[in-house]
Amino acid sequence: MRLTLKIWRQKGAADKGGFVRYPVDRVDGEMSMLECLDVLNESLIEKGEEPIAFEHDCREGICGSCGFMIGGVAHGPMPATTVCQLTMRHFKDGQELVIEPWRAAAFPVIKDLIVDRRAFDRIIASGGYISVSTGNAPDGNAHPVGKEMADRAMDAAACIGCGACVAACPNASAALFTGAKIAHLNLLPQGKPEKDRRALRMVGQMNAEGFGNCTNIGECTAVCPKEIPLEVIAIMNRDYLRASVVRREELVAAIAPVSGWDVGGKS
Amino acid sequence: MNLDSKLPSGPIEQAWDRTRFELKLVNPANKRKHSIIVVGSGLAGASAAATLGELGYRVECFCFQDSPRRAHSIAAQGGINAAKNYQNDGDSVYRLFYDTVKGGDFRAREANVYRLAQISVNIIDQCVAQGVPFAREYGGALTNRSFGGAQVSRTFYARGQTGQQLLLGAYQALERQVCAGTVTMRPRCEMLDLIVIDGRARGIVVRNLVTGAVTTHFADAVILGTGGYGNVYYLSTNAKGSNATAIWRAHKRGALFANPCYTQIHPTCIPVSGDYQSKLTLMSESLRNDGRIWVPLAKGDKRSPDLIPEAERDYYLERRYPSFGNLVPRDVASRNAKSVCDEGRGVGDSGLGVYLDFSNAIQRLGEGTIRERYGNLFDMYQRITDENPYKVPMRIYPAIHYTMGGLWVDYHLQSTIPGLFVVGEANFSDHGANRLGASALMQGLSDGYFIAPYTVGHYLASNKFDQVSGENPQARSAVEEVKQTTAKLLSIRGKRTVDSFHRELGKLVWEYCGMSRTAEGLELAAERIRALREEFWSDVTVPGSGDDLNQSLEKAGRVADFFELAELMCLDARQRNESCGGHFREEFQTPEGEAQRDDERFSYVAAWAYGGPGHSPELHREPLEFHYVHPSQRSYK
Ligand SMILES: Cc1cc2nc3c(=O)[nH]c(=O)nc-3n(C[C@H](O)[C@H](O)[C@H](O)COP(=O)(O)OP(=O)(O)OC[C@H]3O[C@@H](n4cnc5c(N)ncnc54)[C@H](O)[C@@H]3O)c2cc1C
Ligand code: FES
Repeated sequence: MRLTLKIWRQKGAADKGGFVRYPVDRVDGEMSMLECLDVLNESLIEKGEEPIAFEHDCREGICGSCGFMIGGVAHGPMPATTVCQLTMRHFKDGQELVIEPWRAAAFPVIKDLIVDRRAFDRIIASGGYISVSTGNAPDGNAHPVGKEMADRAMDAAACIGCGACVAACPNASAALFTGAKIAHLNLLPQGKPEKDRRALRMVGQMNAEGFGNCTNIGECTAVCPKEIPLEVIAIMNRDYLRASVVRREELVAAIAPVSGWDVGGKS
Repeated sequence: MNLDSKLPSGPIEQAWDRTRFELKLVNPANKRKHSIIVVGSGLAGASAAATLGELGYRVECFCFQDSPRRAHSIAAQGGINAAKNYQNDGDSVYRLFYDTVKGGDFRAREANVYRLAQISVNIIDQCVAQGVPFAREYGGALTNRSFGGAQVSRTFYARGQTGQQLLLGAYQALERQVCAGTVTMRPRCEMLDLIVIDGRARGIVVRNLVTGAVTTHFADAVILGTGGYGNVYYLSTNAKGSNATAIWRAHKRGALFANPCYTQIHPTCIPVSGDYQSKLTLMSESLRNDGRIWVPLAKGDKRSPDLIPEAERDYYLERRYPSFGNLVPRDVASRNAKSVCDEGRGVGDSGLGVYLDFSNAIQRLGEGTIRERYGNLFDMYQRITDENPYKVPMRIYPAIHYTMGGLWVDYHLQSTIPGLFVVGEANFSDHGANRLGASALMQGLSDGYFIAPYTVGHYLASNKFDQVSGENPQARSAVEEVKQTTAKLLSIRGKRTVDSFHRELGKLVWEYCGMSRTAEGLELAAERIRALREEFWSDVTVPGSGDDLNQSLEKAGRVADFFELAELMCLDARQRNESCGGHFREEFQTPEGEAQRDDERFSYVAAWAYGGPGHSPELHREPLEFHYVHPSQRSYK
């Protein structure tokens, strides 16, 4: 089949960027979206042009590296599918696909389809863990965790941190991402001691990173390749509210953003 | 060179305890004064960096992805072994040790494997405490499954995403240290050289993948946790970015490379569908618990599987291995698939595939049970192939999955360069010639959480460290070399893309140094690899510049190293005139066609020293001794 790919090209953060149209012949239905870009890139390189930069690694839908908008939808038309697992058989001969990077103030474009998602790491660094140093652990079976609770925690923990939720949200909110980690850890007995602190700090960091507010639209969960349920946002709001009542003194401290991350491209 | 493996003497049960007691300690107040570089933030690197940070060292950690959470470890599906004996089915540290030594076809060190089995139980405790949501029973206890043909249920898992959950646990511990200020994380940075000063590893040269800036970083010790080299084959189950550059460049600076020819082929992957194919997708091994593997009895039988009557099917694993059947180890299952396809009985358009059929299991247990056990795997299969495995048998074929070879390390995980430690898949240590399922995660975390933190401390406490800087002549020349290589790759402007070279290289290595090997084939391959490498250096084209994000340039550097490593793999496979584990030499097989080891001549670790451009590498042998598990012919009949 033949497709036209209308792709966002942008040399770097300072460049304005714009769309370029590329016809691609010989698209096989078995190919993945990324393999289709590979084929296009090979032909660009052979012509001495720079290939389209896009992020990818596992190509199995688990590392969360890949992701871009196809026709305005994060990760394209198939539910619960990242672009690396999206096969071309879902498109029709002659179709034009508009491909562009995640758009969010907190995710600046680095090049073409690649954006900087380090804000997510800083949200985790602010409190997305259980403070247990190596060697401190009791026996694995010391604290029973009922199957239902373990399953709910796992549902939330399945997040791959790709950023589709932010890209799909009209407010560019990171509530689904942040809520998923808070829910995963706060639901488990091991996470209880730091429950309040975690909610306060992670929400504080999320706000400091310039993500928008959640207004319960639900676009995030609709595009989420791991179908993280909206429930996690409710858990986050509940825990944050509770914590801000009991731990008022920490609210101020929580707003100081995490440092210690190499500023990479900006240094 | 004298390879001192620092193996402890005395009873194996107390060896690690005794070693720990003998290791020197760094005074708590002095830890802050020591700096450590960790390259890689997969399971091994992230767990090491986090733990060293917790202990109070100053750690700088690097990875090439945009975040440590993306490391290849994230993709592991099946699970992690531990000798907890929670199922009361007779497991023990000794049994896990025994199974691993035997599974590795008697080509690993006993003391290392014993320590691994001991530490396995601490890993589970640590991960549970971090909040890793392992599968549970209704009553709240941890549950297990049996995996990869083990006779006991010792595998812990988190749905089909065990690697993801373990990596996120380590990543979160790492981020906690970033927040605490003990670890500085540098993502999107690729290590391109090791800086060795006065014979000791003191730093690395790094290219910032966004700005192209080449910088030097120094520390008192360097740890590499940079993963395996399966992508030398181009098509593999590894993540696209996985590469050998860090270990290869360290090798060129003096670290010995051990057993490069030991590579693992996983029997259950989705077959190749076209030349655009960029990677292979693994279907978890657990599927073999209920699926039956078969091909048509007759050559070239192209009927659809439902039209082939029972009597005209060959369930070849059940036929050849009545007691293990479909659950034979990976190397055996893979080789058998290849041989039935070589006979012309393979299925699918390419003829490179065998059926993995669930119809019996569905009849017996009902579709619901099968969905519960494998639902997400079946969905993944259907997403990729557009075929419904509840109705039509899956088609599978072996693919490269893991590399047992890697940088040689002693019992302290230290390479032959003092101060350079190697953890996880990047080292050669514990799996011998064949790795058992669910044991790579265990080894990576054991190295990172529980071994390197002690042994690196011992090294720091035993040495004095002068101040070093970018002005040092070794550092300057390393930077110069990195810049020259980059400039060279960008200036060739030939006709072929990096990927086209990589694909061709991969085909050669797969053909001659893959599932089965011959002396003649290996010699031919080495020659052809050399010729292709020359062509690469004169005809590759890398567009763009070195001053910004340039993915073609990144790939070019990695492929250049794969060429050199591929040649060493062939050389290593050529010298090992025996078959063992994943290394199958057609000349050395039993009358029934099974791998024939030669313990008298080949019970050693082959550790190669880099010879310099145009010179042959030099082979050093570390003899292996077995005092507990006596080498026997593996039999799965
Ligand atoms: C599909 C699949 C399924 C698997 N399932 C299982 C399983 O069920 N059980 C099991 O035990 N094992 C499994 N394995 C094997 C296991 O996942 C790996 O062996 C293990 O995760 C390797 O971990 P690692 O930390 O050594 O390396 P990796 O996770 O590969 O990490 C390498 C790190 O090094 C960094 N790096 C590499 N080179 C450089 C450089 N030059 N500069 C800077 N950084 C660099 C990378 O950025 C990354 O952070 C599976 C493997 C695959 C492919
Ligand atoms: S490349 Fe890993 S999720 Fe798509």
